[in-house]
Amino acid sequence: MSTTTLPAPVHKMPREDYLNATYGLRSWLLTTDHKRIALLYLGSVTVFFFIGGLFATMIRIHLLTPNGFLVTPETYNKLFTMHGVAMIFFFLIPSIPAVLGNFLIPLMIGAKDLAFPKLNLLSWYIYLVGGCFVLYSFGTGGLDTGWTFYTPLSSVYSNSAVTPAVIGIFINGFSSILTGLNFIVTIHTMRAPGMTWFRLPLFVWAHYATSLVMVLGTPVIAITLLLVGLERMFHLGFFNPALGGDPILFQHLFWFYSHPAVYIMILPSMGVISEIIPTFARKPIFGYSFIAGSSIAIAVIGFLVWAHHMFVTGESTYAALTFSFLSYLVAIPSAVKVFNWTSTLYQGSISWDTPMIYAFGFIGLFLIGGLTGLFLACLGLDIHIHDTYFVVAHFHYIMVGGAVMGYVGGLHFWWPKITGKLYPEVLARIAAVTLFVGFNLTFFPQFMLGYMGMPRRYHTYPPEFQVLNVLSTAGASILALGYLLPMLYLTWSMRYGRVAGPNPWPATGLEWKTASPPPTENFDVTPEVDWEPYDFRNRPDLGLAASGPLPAPAHGDD
Amino acid sequence: MSEHIVSPKIYLVIFLTLMAGTAATVWAAYHNFGAFNIVIALAIATFKATLVVLYFMHARYSPKRTQLVIVCSIFWLAIMLVLTLADYRTRGMHESRLAPPSNSNLVRA
Repeated sequence: MSTTTLPAPVHKMPREDYLNATYGLRSWLLTTDHKRIALLYLGSVTVFFFIGGLFATMIRIHLLTPNGFLVTPETYNKLFTMHGVAMIFFFLIPSIPAVLGNFLIPLMIGAKDLAFPKLNLLSWYIYLVGGCFVLYSFGTGGLDTGWTFYTPLSSVYSNSAVTPAVIGIFINGFSSILTGLNFIVTIHTMRAPGMTWFRLPLFVWAHYATSLVMVLGTPVIAITLLLVGLERMFHLGFFNPALGGDPILFQHLFWFYSHPAVYIMILPSMGVISEIIPTFARKPIFGYSFIAGSSIAIAVIGFLVWAHHMFVTGESTYAALTFSFLSYLVAIPSAVKVFNWTSTLYQGSISWDTPMIYAFGFIGLFLIGGLTGLFLACLGLDIHIHDTYFVVAHFHYIMVGGAVMGYVGGLHFWWPKITGKLYPEVLARIAAVTLFVGFNLTFFPQFMLGYMGMPRRYHTYPPEFQVLNVLSTAGASILALGYLLPMLYLTWSMRYGRVAGPNPWPATGLEWKTASPPPTENFDVTPEVDWEPYDFRNRPDLGLAASGPLPAPAHGDD
Repeated sequence: MSEHIVSPKIYLVIFLTLMAGTAATVWAAYHNFGAFNIVIALAIATFKATLVVLYFMHARYSPKRTQLVIVCSIFWLAIMLVLTLADYRTRGMHESRLAPPSNSNLVRA
């Protein structure tokens, strides 16, 4: 179409980079290099992803038959609870910010590291301590309250190991707060000369918005869960009506964080997509400032919608009306993003590289997830489908179809930067399609099941629901393959992959201007930015030969 | 960023004011002001927290941007309180069929 790529030169690995600068366990465990800390996070969130995935597998096997044949009803309650806790608090929330954000934000803005490198390492250790408490809870009786910890079940009646779990999540909250704080200060104070706010990559804007949510919301969940622990251990009356408390107050406080937490998961993923799409459409992104602004808008509006989780749990009708209306508002900035991504594709020179397949998958799945969110924000309809599999399918389309697709897509996009190596492209494309097919087969039947009335969190179901449940379980096994394949070939590529060179795609961001893998200090000389974001036209260094007119840059001079 | 040195005298005055505030809280707890019980307790607590933020956390001597961040976080707290109260203050208004269960129903028998 508009541009062609020149023949790729043969690259060599840099002599010294952040991976081989120092050796030994100590050099990793005491590192303050944001890139190494990102890899520490990569390892630990992958462990939790496996644990959460194991529980999910057991849930899906159990639901193969109407009466469930794998576990007892009590164990089933524990399985879906522990699946949720492991996946949400210890995988989804830290995944993109702590792994990709940690690695890329300083590189993207031309800094040597984050503003507080030691705090960055501390946040990883805090994550580990929180994670150990939660694993202790899983191993000593498990957790059966649902990941939502609704009171008074969690604070009075549950016989499972609630206390260590809430302490673990309380501790883990500080990790999230410190990461958010670090990102905000870094983005404000450490941008390279010429890197104005409106030249920032949209990935950085998305992380700025995410960090605001982390800093403003996380303290609320941490304290709320601590109150649950105090009520459980010392019988202080916060949420238990018998002690003068109010269980619905817990839901308000819980969702004040936990709804915005969904945006902690999805906003960074949207940032990833905003980087991938212009790169593989060879075009400046359409509506840069609108995408940047919509990230902030999602973060702000996201705080005003929480009680749509409580339409049928006893809140007043007037509050429900207000929250229903406010919930619809989130659709506006979300749609702004989707329309801008698709507009970017228009007349682009699109290539089907693996990250782009993930980006396309993201747009489709996020669209379905987002639109079904409108169903649930609708008061009358929500009363019918509340606590059914419709809700389960909806939030998996957002969290797995959206957030995890973005995470895996981002890992592929920046893998050459992180490791200096290329992965096998054909296998990666097959894995991306496998993941997409497996995901839809797993969760689309759940929309139908929910709409027909199958409640979530039940260990049995009427026989007429079996076909759809079997389909869902079959999809889950394809989905598992879609996750295992990248883990295998990405690991393989670290040793045997082709050397990538500094900018294999090529992409326009500052992170691609340094070696792959980058040196410990990121850049040999502090870079000066004199180009607009996603501008392929005025960048002869990218090695693209223009064979036709290229559109104007995304944004004027700021 | 310029460091502001606060004199020990100011710290002492603030500390004594906080202690007086604590004494006032205890005193107020032993007197019944009816509907104003909670108002008085929260007013004293807010006053004390303001002193801590302004002097002990140096907000008074901080750059304007830091002060803006503090004001924003208070605004955020206000969002949480106002929208939560939007539920509590309108419960039971014109609700016959959708009325929430009363607390007594939730007590373990």
